[in-house]
Amino acid sequence: MSKTVVFKIDGVEIRGTSGQTIMEAADKAGIYIPRLCDVEGLDPQGSCRVCTVKVNGRTAASCTQPIADGIEVENETMEIRNFRRDLVRMLFHEGNHLCPCCEASGRCELQALAYRLGILQPDKYPYLQPVRPVDASHPDIMLDTNRCIRCGRCIRASRQLDHKNVFGYIGRGINKQVGVDGKDLAHTDVHIDDKAVALGTCPVGCIIQKRRGFFDAIGQRKFDLHPIGTKEKDS
Amino acid sequence: MNITTVVKQACSKFGNDRGRLIDILWEVQNNLGCIDEQAMNAIAAEVKVHRVEIEGVVSFYSFFSEKRKGKIIIRLCDDVIDINAGIEQVATVFSEELGIGIGQTSADGNFSLEYTACIGMSDQAPAALVNNVVITNITPASAKEITRTLKDTLDPSKLVTKVGDGNNAHTLVSAMVRNNIRKQGEVLLADGIPADAGLGNALKKTSPEVIQEIADSGLRGRGGAGFPTGEKFKLAQRTEADQRYVICNADEGEPGTFKDRVLLTERPSLIFEGMTIAAYAIGSTSGIMYLRAEYAYLRPFLESVLENRRQAGLLGKDICGKKGFCFDIRIQMGAGAYICGEESALISSCEGLRGEPKNRPPFPVERGYLSKPTIVNNVETFCCVARILDRGSNWFAGIGTKASRGTKLLSVCGDCARPGVYEVPYGLEVAELLDMVGAEDPAIVQVGGASGEMVGRSSFGRKICFSDVATGGAVMIFNSHRNVLAIVDHFLKFFADESCGYCTPCRVGIVFLRERMQKVMHGFAESADLDYLRDLSKTIMMTSRCGLGSSAPKAILNSMDQFPLVYSSHLREAKDGVQAGFNIQKALDESRRIAKRTSMIYDPVYGEKNE
Repeated sequence: MSKTVVFKIDGVEIRGTSGQTIMEAADKAGIYIPRLCDVEGLDPQGSCRVCTVKVNGRTAASCTQPIADGIEVENETMEIRNFRRDLVRMLFHEGNHLCPCCEASGRCELQALAYRLGILQPDKYPYLQPVRPVDASHPDIMLDTNRCIRCGRCIRASRQLDHKNVFGYIGRGINKQVGVDGKDLAHTDVHIDDKAVALGTCPVGCIIQKRRGFFDAIGQRKFDLHPIGTKEKDS
Repeated sequence: MNITTVVKQACSKFGNDRGRLIDILWEVQNNLGCIDEQAMNAIAAEVKVHRVEIEGVVSFYSFFSEKRKGKIIIRLCDDVIDINAGIEQVATVFSEELGIGIGQTSADGNFSLEYTACIGMSDQAPAALVNNVVITNITPASAKEITRTLKDTLDPSKLVTKVGDGNNAHTLVSAMVRNNIRKQGEVLLADGIPADAGLGNALKKTSPEVIQEIADSGLRGRGGAGFPTGEKFKLAQRTEADQRYVICNADEGEPGTFKDRVLLTERPSLIFEGMTIAAYAIGSTSGIMYLRAEYAYLRPFLESVLENRRQAGLLGKDICGKKGFCFDIRIQMGAGAYICGEESALISSCEGLRGEPKNRPPFPVERGYLSKPTIVNNVETFCCVARILDRGSNWFAGIGTKASRGTKLLSVCGDCARPGVYEVPYGLEVAELLDMVGAEDPAIVQVGGASGEMVGRSSFGRKICFSDVATGGAVMIFNSHRNVLAIVDHFLKFFADESCGYCTPCRVGIVFLRERMQKVMHGFAESADLDYLRDLSKTIMMTSRCGLGSSAPKAILNSMDQFPLVYSSHLREAKDGVQAGFNIQKALDESRRIAKRTSMIYDPVYGEKNE
């Protein structure tokens, strides 16, 4: 049924199977395309746009764009890199990301991508400095949406893996946020063993497990050991 | 009635169908005045979805509210044309007379006052919606009278003392709206268009022949994107499926556009005829007209037209006696979201979801409404379809230019003597149009609304067609006294308000664009800020997920190219390494507030600040 599709990423010939997205085919071939909202095991969403590539000269999100015979994909060009840097910066500036005191520091994909893209100090844009309440109502889980990047991984994990509906988007525009299915987290059916709140589902420090903070020493943290994009599977 | 009863009735009216959530929410809000926590919980229980999904939908649409609003909601249209026509002065009067500010509700629970995006009345600005009643040409004096009437009667329908022309005077419409048809072309606004002649001809042909006829005419979508209509029909028809859908996009939200309002008022039958032909062509039994909430005043009239067509055998079973051809249309109300004019967002909205665009591919012609092949076309496009089947593709292709066949409806507004709707053949020069509409001192013409193209004086020789200045219909005219930077800033505010927030560049980037644009406007920018604007614009345009993000920065880039001197005259030059863009007074404001005193150096009077 599935047939082989031959195309190129940055001039390198890739063989994928029909029905794959560019991202999937690239992953299989061991080529890393930066991403935040996409994670293996969940349906792609195409919202962070960090995985933007050029396909035959036109920009597209590689996590949702299917492969096709003969397409030429640009991934690591200066232009694409600049787009990605801007997008990662936007996410920093949109929320409150104070890496030195964040529990997720060292395993945060936003931070890791910033380093990979050469952003040491995100200062290009103005800081929006949102002031959103922290939801610490649940005995085991804490939610600090000031650090949320709207990737929706928790929403999809809850629906697709846990078969629940703990999280969901509310609001629109710059006020779009992740809401919970109840008055607060304590009034939902979330459980500490849910995939939605597992380490690695939230790419940043928005969903925090209580009583186990800062568990890896600096130097031993996830991305200290393997900077993002240096292993086949990053998340 | 208590909340549970209202919700139960509303949900059962739409078969407890999650896909009809927008209708359910309207029903609940109309009865309760809001959709609060309790109502959301009740709806969630009835239609068996999670509460957070209901909240997600309610909080997405600007016409839905979780907080109780006044019995009468006054929504003032704040597009740039209405602002230039004086809506802000009118707002002040309303505010004073009602004793509430914008965004507030009066203590007695009778009135709410707010701003809303373009309501499609720019040719009779300033305008407002009072619940579903449209009020046009408001002046500060008439605003006083309006509030008096409302306070006395609490009945917005009492505000209509004089009805408009044409079907605006129809008992089911009775609106003070005027059509302002200034020029009738031969395709859409001509008098004496034979009823259902196109449908009759279509049913004599096979489906592929109908599609071929449309393809041969060269018709391209009238909503703005200009996709070849015949091709779209063909793609939908070719996709294997047990059902296909025909959707009419009557969510005319582009600021300055109101031509669909006129078609909906004067050519409703022609629209439905076009949809029926499309249904026959692609093999569909079900159609939807997605009507924007701002045009709710037209809904009873449109429903009656549909009913008449059912009675006449033009909708329903075996249409016009054609065995096996069945088709019907329902009207889906929107709820205040510009993004729903984007076809895949419109489909999301029809499915009862947040009005967010879908990932493409697959395109709607392959997987659209309820995952079935769907064609979404503009109101005007369906009218053209009906006319092409009536008069033939050669007739249609003979009008306009080679790449842009037929006529185009233009909604002209702003600084001109004769704002209104003009039906012109494609290929008309901007300058010719300006003459036609009586624009005396035009300096800027914004063709295609906020997402369109800004045309300055030196480019008035450009032609309105797909290959030059393309437009969904809006033409906004600004005279030489208008401030181009304020216009651009206004468009950016509009896009920031209307971004769905799905993707990063549109959600965040537009906010940053506006921040820097304001810096330019207020004279604190330096030349590096213009590079910043260009650079940021590029990232937003190249990485956004849909057309909203990719067109939002156009006004900035166009205006920088067309009016470089305006920009440079607003710049400060840095001297001695001091940042010219640094606003010391703004920076001091926060310190003043925290320290509760003024500055010894920067304020004339130093000391405690009494607040």
